[in-house]
Amino acid sequence: MSQQAPLSSVNDFVVRFANVNGSGSASANELFARAVLRHGVPVSPRNIFPSNIQGLPTWYEVRVTEAGHLGARGGGTDLMVAMNPQTWDKDVAGIVAGGYLFYDSTKPMPSTKFRDDITVIGVPLTAITNSTYNDPRQRQLFKNIIYLGALSALLDMDPKLIEQLIGEQYKGKEKLLSSNVHALHLGRDWALQNLKCPIGLRIKKADKVGDRVFIEGNNAAALGAVYGGATVCAWYPITPSSSLAEAFSNHCKKLRHDPETGQAKYAIVQAEDELASIGMVVGASWNGARAFTTTSGPGVSLMTEFIGLSYFAEIPAVIMNVQRAGPSTGMPTRTQQCDLIACGYASHGDTKHVMLFPEDPAEAFEFAAAAFDLAERLQTTIFLMLDLDIGMNQRLCRPLKWDDAKQYDRGKVMTAEMLDEGREFGRYLDVDGDGIPFRTYPGTHPTEGSYFTRGTSRDRYARYSEEGAVYADNVQRLLRKFQTAQDMVPRPLQANASKPTKYGVIYFGSTAPAMDEAIGLLESRGCQLDRLRIRAFPFHSSVASFIAEHDFVYVVEQNRDAQLRQLIVNENGIDPVRLVPVLHYDGTPITARFIADAIGDHQDQIKVTPLRKAVS
Amino acid sequence: MTYIAKPKFQHPGIKKNALGYSHRDYEGKISTLCAGCGHDSITASIIEACFELSIEPHRVAKISGIGCSSKTPDYFLGNSHGFNTVHGRMPSVLTGANLANRELIYLGVSGDGDSASIGFGQFAHAIRRGVNMAYIVENNGVYGLTKGQFSATADRGSKSKKGVTNTDNPIDLVGIALQLGATYVARSFSGDKKQLVPIIAGAIQHKGAAFIDVISPCIAFNNHAGSTKSFDYVREHNDAVNRLDVLTGRDPIEIDQDPGTVQIVEQHDGSRLALRKIDADYDPHDRLGAMTFLQKHSAQGQIVTGLLYVDAEADDLHSHLNTVERPLNRLEAADLCPGQSVLDKINASLR
Repeated sequence: MSQQAPLSSVNDFVVRFANVNGSGSASANELFARAVLRHGVPVSPRNIFPSNIQGLPTWYEVRVTEAGHLGARGGGTDLMVAMNPQTWDKDVAGIVAGGYLFYDSTKPMPSTKFRDDITVIGVPLTAITNSTYNDPRQRQLFKNIIYLGALSALLDMDPKLIEQLIGEQYKGKEKLLSSNVHALHLGRDWALQNLKCPIGLRIKKADKVGDRVFIEGNNAAALGAVYGGATVCAWYPITPSSSLAEAFSNHCKKLRHDPETGQAKYAIVQAEDELASIGMVVGASWNGARAFTTTSGPGVSLMTEFIGLSYFAEIPAVIMNVQRAGPSTGMPTRTQQCDLIACGYASHGDTKHVMLFPEDPAEAFEFAAAAFDLAERLQTTIFLMLDLDIGMNQRLCRPLKWDDAKQYDRGKVMTAEMLDEGREFGRYLDVDGDGIPFRTYPGTHPTEGSYFTRGTSRDRYARYSEEGAVYADNVQRLLRKFQTAQDMVPRPLQANASKPTKYGVIYFGSTAPAMDEAIGLLESRGCQLDRLRIRAFPFHSSVASFIAEHDFVYVVEQNRDAQLRQLIVNENGIDPVRLVPVLHYDGTPITARFIADAIGDHQDQIKVTPLRKAVS
Repeated sequence: MTYIAKPKFQHPGIKKNALGYSHRDYEGKISTLCAGCGHDSITASIIEACFELSIEPHRVAKISGIGCSSKTPDYFLGNSHGFNTVHGRMPSVLTGANLANRELIYLGVSGDGDSASIGFGQFAHAIRRGVNMAYIVENNGVYGLTKGQFSATADRGSKSKKGVTNTDNPIDLVGIALQLGATYVARSFSGDKKQLVPIIAGAIQHKGAAFIDVISPCIAFNNHAGSTKSFDYVREHNDAVNRLDVLTGRDPIEIDQDPGTVQIVEQHDGSRLALRKIDADYDPHDRLGAMTFLQKHSAQGQIVTGLLYVDAEADDLHSHLNTVERPLNRLEAADLCPGQSVLDKINASLR
């Protein structure tokens, strides 16, 4: 291979850290990402980790992107920080031509281990660490800070901004603060004295971050649950949703204790399994508390019996599903949007469930809070459909906002006063024509308003019945309620191309940042697309309108079977040929390049092929 | 429709309790179980216990799973909210309901198929969490609704109505409940109302996980020679350790008081249990002793009935979680939402 000119780029490149799980590298790597942000340059980081506890490989990829592209870039690594011998060959192979390899040069490596089309930067990290620290754990932890220091010199970063971050992190812990700053300068000084700094890749101060916050989707959703008034959380650990329940617990410990008594205004139970966790949610919601559970695909599978009960007996429930690659155990630490059918139609019999699709942590916060209003308003299960890419990665998003004037919508709850006024109560009476009946909480009134909740068929007054007409009346009302939900859930957001076009694209959730970038790439190829980001199921009528207004519409999603497309076809009676699937399902986050290539190639094809043949 | 309402007529001279309620106020719909079913006797005992305790009927939440036993909450406390959940999952629903509103009385009704088979896990975990409830298993050793299959409490060697011999070992829910830390554990027999009523009353008064296993013969599928859950078999093999009265502290309900043999048990909520001991050596405060006693008699083919264990100082899940006294379902946005000012600080920490 011939020598390649080293890459040169300011504020637009990808750094990948290859580490060993459990080595303490995560906080140093995150510090790097936050340090870039402090330079006013947006970043989009991603944790890439196999399903293991300790000792196996883990990666952290930081996309430095002054243009603000928050999707994964794909296409290889510009600067590889190769700290894991196990993955060396793969890591080196993943560097783009002209890219950089940063490694621990304490021990000499044979030339065959390198490539001649990249720039190799060796820093004797182990030697520096061993000469400074005696304690083995300190050696391991500070090695991470030392490579961060060296990188800061190589990338021309302002050390004061990193010191400031360390200062904030170890506020009040002076010893830790000073030792971390010392380690930072050990690496930085060594690089400045021994290497040519900076390299072709550089961080230059900009003003592109604004007031945005940097937060994981799971953490934001947990805050949404706090603000949405959730008081009961029952959950069972499962990747990638566990951090959501844990974040809820942490927030509640700070925000939900009575200042006088120290008592908790919440209850969190780690259940024995997913069946029990959703059971507790159903029990608590039946009794008038706002309750939720967190889970992922395999957990949803286990919960489906209760989800059917929630639907049929009309009990509010909120399920935050952080999707991962399925089916079965699938790839527990890889992302997909693959539970749409499983959640949308969960349980046996005729069921339909509301799903919300946030695009980023800010919407995860808003939709999580809104889910509790919707659950109580509609008296049914609401799925918050996150995925690993949103849930377990920090992402830049607009600041979290709350309207202090907002009151919770507890839905149609008949009180003792209303019963005393002589209001007729039939648990399953459709008094308003919207399919939503009134309910009473247990213990409401000594003689009026009690009823027996069951998963079996019953009449409008909750009396057990197997009469066909009574059953049909009930399930028709449930369908009416689902139609009512169309106008209560977040509406799709449409953005039109800069020029009139016959083509559209539909997408949702974590695909959004990649789509934003892909539109630009496509426009540069001469492809114009109108966009519709779907934010909830059931679909608002504007989804059908959007499809009707275009010759055909791409549907971009991260699963094999085009599940969103299936739902659109099924629910709206759309001719499937008018919806062209664009599918990405290898477990990595979808990229703008993938979308642009798939749609661009298809657009090129239809220029020479009859439409119906091209889209089929 | 298979639902049958009871007529509301009450005789003017009918007996009333301290709150002015009669037995009729604690009744529900007419049972659709087989005539003679032991479960109906348990229903009658629940009604009696609630009447005697002068409970406000609507302050009870009655929650069940699936099966013959789980149908019964429809037959008592008609002014209470009931919840017939899914098979084996009553304990989790009850746990959630209890978390939402700690002020109601929680009556969990289950069967042996419901609790010892499909719901064995949920039974165990609700007990170990100390959920404040009276958990009653109406135990007939058989699946009645699906016509006679053995349940997990059926004794090894017992025979089904079709003559099939059970080759699996039984699960003794009382033994498991003791092991898992239930703080009130009893076994009774549906036909022994005199014993069962105060046991249920005591469980309702108890603050913590109260478990009662009630042997309840299935008239249709498990009341034959060869069954160890038949009326005849249980009557012959019943070894009652004690009789129990419940004293509420103000208005004692005593059935057959004999001062020489009564033991008063102070409960956490101030109510007192009076144990009428038949076995002079039996100590209901000794968990280990109860387990040994149970095993010993079980080995002899005897069914021990009575209050086997009680912890007068028991606490419950709410105590463990340190939740506020005000029910969680009554907290509003002002109590729960930290507001934009806190969010501003959180936003600032995320930059």
